[in-house]
Amino acid sequence: MSDKVIYVMYDDDHTLLDGAKKLVANGVKITEVFSPFPIHGIDPVIGIKNTRLGIMAFLYGLTGLTLATLGMRYMMVVDWKMNIGGKPNFSYLENILAFVPISFEFTVLCAAHGMAITYLLKNKTLPGMPAQNPDPRTTDDKFVMEIRLSENSALTEEAIDNLLSETGYFELDKKEVK
Amino acid sequence: MQKEAAIREPLILGHKTYHDITEDVCRPIEDKAPRMWYILFGIALIIGLYGVGCILYLLGTGVGVWGLNKTIGWAWDITNFVWWVGIGHAGTLISAVLLLFRQKWRMAINRSAEAMTIFAVFMAGLFPLIHMGRLWVGYWVLPIPNQFGSLWVNFNSPLLWDVFAISTYLSVSLIFWYIGLIPDFATIRDRAKKPLSKKMYSILAFGWSGRAKNWNRFELVSLVLAGLATPLVFSVHSIVSFDFATSVIPGWHTTIFPPYFVAGAVFSGFAMVQTLLLIMRKAMGLEAYIHTKHVEYMNIVIMVTGSIVGTAYITELFISWYSGVEYEAYAFVNRATGPYWWAYASMMTCNVVSPQLMWIRKLRRSLLFTFFISIVVNIGMWFERYVIIVTSIHRDYIPAAWSMHYPSHIDIGVYVGTIGLFFVFFLLFARFFPVLALNEVKTILKGSGQSYKESPDYHNHH
Repeated sequence: MSDKVIYVMYDDDHTLLDGAKKLVANGVKITEVFSPFPIHGIDPVIGIKNTRLGIMAFLYGLTGLTLATLGMRYMMVVDWKMNIGGKPNFSYLENILAFVPISFEFTVLCAAHGMAITYLLKNKTLPGMPAQNPDPRTTDDKFVMEIRLSENSALTEEAIDNLLSETGYFELDKKEVK
Repeated sequence: MQKEAAIREPLILGHKTYHDITEDVCRPIEDKAPRMWYILFGIALIIGLYGVGCILYLLGTGVGVWGLNKTIGWAWDITNFVWWVGIGHAGTLISAVLLLFRQKWRMAINRSAEAMTIFAVFMAGLFPLIHMGRLWVGYWVLPIPNQFGSLWVNFNSPLLWDVFAISTYLSVSLIFWYIGLIPDFATIRDRAKKPLSKKMYSILAFGWSGRAKNWNRFELVSLVLAGLATPLVFSVHSIVSFDFATSVIPGWHTTIFPPYFVAGAVFSGFAMVQTLLLIMRKAMGLEAYIHTKHVEYMNIVIMVTGSIVGTAYITELFISWYSGVEYEAYAFVNRATGPYWWAYASMMTCNVVSPQLMWIRKLRRSLLFTFFISIVVNIGMWFERYVIIVTSIHRDYIPAAWSMHYPSHIDIGVYVGTIGLFFVFFLLFARFFPVLALNEVKTILKGSGQSYKESPDYHNHH
């Protein structure tokens, strides 16, 4: 199915944000926004839900804490009751104070690394991945909105063009895609 | 758009646009390196290689080449380790703690401070490894099953806690730094003209495209990493202090150590940031982004943490007398009046007196004076560790065993060598990496940029 993509470029983040609000109010679906830095307030306008990576970080942290506890219990209490100064480790609970630092460090280690890896995978940003921004200037000082005609079947191309011309864009580019 | 009070000094001077910020940060990377860079890099490399030579000699011969003896079994090795770890505390403090407190001035300095942190922790990690004498069995510190039966590392030992703390700190700082770098690498990638640099920065940028969803995740990840790194940064130096505090040596066995070490670490770390940034801002033409106000803020941090350190010194001294333990009291009398009085005196002057000068506004806004004090503080903080470590053990319970520590040329070579290696890393960073979080700085341009703050509609337009 062939489709037409409109790339609308702005030279200011607030112009784009105001424009996006106007477009959405008129029923235009904005597929994507590319920007050199986060535009605060754009997410709810174009229908992006908040990320759940925070929950993931918590779960990774919990995993780390569990692993650290089980590991240290096995090594110090079950497998070999190391005798230090005549005080062998017979019970994990009674010796728990000595295990606090490593439990904490391992929790942070797992939470941070787990979240970072998930973040890179979800973003599809990995070593060797090609750049996907439509214009190299979007990592400098330009802001681009992507609108697909197939997602706006209720509106004609002219109607969208008319709405766009009111938003004060910097450049407009249209591409046929398959 | 976030507004701030009109009386606050702007964080970005001059009439910059988003494009100007990109230009200012990327130009030093894209242009040819100045002659000065090659000179400094050459000097650092020679010193660093000399250090590597000393380390190789030490590994080949044994730890006996250090100036240690039966009484003083720990001296420059652990002093340098703690000194470097301490310096490594400013970066994460700036990027994590100041992020949680929404301090926008951090954006101009966090990138280079984090780089400094990572390189300083590299240098720190080197010391325990070579101290083992047999570097190639360094992996024995990890809890791995081995050929000797059920032999595990001792999880009750602060030295093992340190292994976990330092490695967690290093790797978490590294990912925090790198996640921030990805969008900036993408900017350089999209500007690069030469095929080789385009290729290199494409790989480094991981294909970053700046989609709205990516930014949404980016902001949360930064926040959560900051939340994780904040307790981490405090825990790391607390654990370093446990290496001493959990022992029974008079002078080490004190509960004040964790907070006192953390304050000292932040103190010395900020001093090192000042030393590096005052040169870098000039050499790379970043005066509009890192200016007097930033320096003043950092000087205030140095003043506050310096005062905490000073209070701790005096508390320690008082408690040694008040405890009524004669060994404890002697450790401190000996520190101040014994054969190492000069080390104690330099520590007191550099760390207690010099930060108090920052109460004077004129001095804390003077770049030349700041540079001088930043060096003084780092010397003072090295002496602090030397005083704590060597003076506490050089006169133990049997006077016949009393001794002095004289560093060998290998001691000195390894230490000076790590300073060289540190600068090798830092100069490479300054040459090839964006030294300023340029895309983050763009977010504060409209809120804290000079031309925006001076425009008539700054305070009545939304």
